[in-house]
Amino acid sequence: MENPEQIKSRLEAAVPGAKIEILPNDCPAGERPLRVDTAHILAVAKFLRDDPQLRLDFCSNVTGVDWPETELTEKIKVKRVVDGVEKEIEEVKKTVRPGFLEVVYHLYSMELKHGPVVLRQRTANRDAETPAVSLTPVWRGCEFQEREVFDLFGIRLEGHPDLRRILMWDGFKGFPMRKDYVAPDDFEYEPTPHDEVLEQAKKHYPPEVTA
Amino acid sequence: MNAVGERPSQNYEILPKPSETGEPLGELLEVSMGPQHPSTHGVFRMDVVLDGEKVMKLKPVFGYLHRNHEKIAENISYLGSMPYTDRLDYFCSMTNNWAYALSVEKLAGLAVPERAEYIRVIMAELTRLQNHTCLVGFFAQDMGALGTPLMYAFREREKILDLFESVSGARMMCNYLRFGGVRCDVTPEWLAQAGQLVDGYGRFLDEFETLLSENEILLARSQGVGVLPRELAVNASITGPMLRAAGVNYDVRKVDRYGIYSRFDFKVPLGEHGDVYDRYMIRVLEMRESVKILKQALRDIPSGPVMDPKAKLRGFRPKSGEAYGRIEAPKGELGFYLISDGTANPYRYRVRPPSFINLTILEDMCLGHRIADTVVILGSVDIVLGEVDR
Amino acid sequence: MTNASTLHSGVDEGLRSELQKQGIYTTSLQELYNWGRANSVWPLTFGLACCAIEMIAASMSRFDLARFGAEVFRPSPRQADLMIVAGTVTKKMAPLVVRLYNQMPEPKYVIAMGACAISGGPFKQGYNVLKGIDRYIPVDVSIPGCPPRPEALIHAIMTLQEKILNQKLTGPDRPRHLVADAPSEFPVPAYGEHDLEPPSNPQVWQAPPIKR
Repeated sequence: MENPEQIKSRLEAAVPGAKIEILPNDCPAGERPLRVDTAHILAVAKFLRDDPQLRLDFCSNVTGVDWPETELTEKIKVKRVVDGVEKEIEEVKKTVRPGFLEVVYHLYSMELKHGPVVLRQRTANRDAETPAVSLTPVWRGCEFQEREVFDLFGIRLEGHPDLRRILMWDGFKGFPMRKDYVAPDDFEYEPTPHDEVLEQAKKHYPPEVTA
Repeated sequence: MNAVGERPSQNYEILPKPSETGEPLGELLEVSMGPQHPSTHGVFRMDVVLDGEKVMKLKPVFGYLHRNHEKIAENISYLGSMPYTDRLDYFCSMTNNWAYALSVEKLAGLAVPERAEYIRVIMAELTRLQNHTCLVGFFAQDMGALGTPLMYAFREREKILDLFESVSGARMMCNYLRFGGVRCDVTPEWLAQAGQLVDGYGRFLDEFETLLSENEILLARSQGVGVLPRELAVNASITGPMLRAAGVNYDVRKVDRYGIYSRFDFKVPLGEHGDVYDRYMIRVLEMRESVKILKQALRDIPSGPVMDPKAKLRGFRPKSGEAYGRIEAPKGELGFYLISDGTANPYRYRVRPPSFINLTILEDMCLGHRIADTVVILGSVDIVLGEVDR
Repeated sequence: MTNASTLHSGVDEGLRSELQKQGIYTTSLQELYNWGRANSVWPLTFGLACCAIEMIAASMSRFDLARFGAEVFRPSPRQADLMIVAGTVTKKMAPLVVRLYNQMPEPKYVIAMGACAISGGPFKQGYNVLKGIDRYIPVDVSIPGCPPRPEALIHAIMTLQEKILNQKLTGPDRPRHLVADAPSEFPVPAYGEHDLEPPSNPQVWQAPPIKR
């Protein structure tokens, strides 16, 4: 099977205008994902499924990942004037990477028995029902898994035939698998609490105990 | 929901049935089967719209056993999630453990010694045997053979559970595999008992088949029912015996060759029609192939350590990265997708559940059949709600 | 049968054994009533998760629950008198559990089987897990374990049988189904936006006082 660079060059030739990026993966046994922009991912998916060399007709796994806003620190070398002499010193530069959500697809081929190719699409922000593109028209197996991504992460996948909650009840508000989700408070009785559970249980203790 | 004493609103709905030109023809009944139902294999609900007895529409509803496994796994260490994987597909705890251990070993680059690999194969094939046996028992029960085939199936299952209990301490939730090997070694007496069980299993399968495989009621109720065409099966990401019954030759043991499966000589049975009877026969044939693999593994198992000496049990911190490991579980392809950020807890932990995805085409298979066939078709999909809802 | 002497408070033991030798058996209405009820407890088929498999295994040929009177597992709540809550009760499922309990006719009993039904079990931290079914319905016997062995379930059925046999028909501590004012149906919780409303039923469950 081709490596991600070859797939990327063929995709850029076949789907003009697609912005594809190969993301790093430090794990040696893992495969490097291809990040595709949401405007072209449907065409990319169709190409991957129908291309005779790849024939990726089996979408094995669809899931979401939450990347909240983080501060990245890196050490860079800058030229500064110190005591009248221009020197190169190291400074710590802090950048804020805005938060986003990702939908990850693992693709295999049942016909040619190879794989996997990992696709990722990134949303623009972490709003409540931030949009992305659904690949259910290409692989029917994504149907329930994309509903679960909508239910638990709150990514509205456009093009899905029936997007509604699947694991939580219909009136539920909130997206539980996001990193900033706060679980409801029903910690009235905890026999052996510790760490975060202890903090939450303490709210229910009678006042004379916490003093 | 209702207050105490109020009569509950009806749990069915009458919908109008229009003809092609839009004139009202009759009535359709929308009824909810489940979640408490004797034949839905757990807390699973199907909203069916019926025209008399024929199914017009079917929408599966689940989430009644959603136990937040993935969220809990983000807050505990890698090894701490191992007992939770037992409870995913609660019939097959050893194969769930293996899928998770495989993913973590891929992520951290651990190697597994030979004897541990053989033990893993033995445990996985024993799990496959007891899962398919129980499935055939439940399948016959769904058709109306209340109790007796299930009693035979559970009798054999108890023998296998005795083996599991003597090696790991628990009948069902074994928690036996570790990253880099297995938790403890098996004794020669255990291997002898396993050999005895495997030798007797062929005769039990013959007995079961004589009773069931040519039974006219089973044939009438399962042949031609719930047909799944090849292209739809591949496009809908169906895996496991359902896929092979539709005629697609894809078994992760042969494709990925994880563990030491490449050393064993076994065939992959394929079906022709993709109906319920094919799925039943595929499972019976797979049981015979498992018996073959077990005989080879019990004969060839070498001596040696059962745990990788470089594997750390405490303070296990794999490098950051991501990996996706998958195995051929008895129900289909079970995969674990892990993203690590260098700390002791995974950043993202995802279970790829075969039962959940195999339910995608339940509606397609049931349309046009009678409501009694729905139960049989659902039985042949072989779902376990612990895996569907996680 | 336990406490036979208190049941026959009016009849002399010596007289009783003499009559028995002649083939005449004496009993009281309470003993007869309880004996009939205890030895034919029919469970409802209500397995939720992994404990359900051990419940099925307990009714199969090795551990045979049918010898204890649980001969048939009834699928309909209207015909059952014991609900074995086997498995994790999630918040999505909890209103249905309470509804099913309401549909059972009195006298009815509940066995909470497994750690999940008692207190949420290993999944206690979950946002969707109800931390014990005893928050909404009264539980008679709890079996710890994950999953409890089939022998433990048999022990629970035997404990329940002892409890039924020791119930008095008259007096202040008579069982709930003989008290005219005691509720036999409990309010069904509703799906709220983040949790069930109400999160527990205060008449059934109060958080035990914490001594730290």
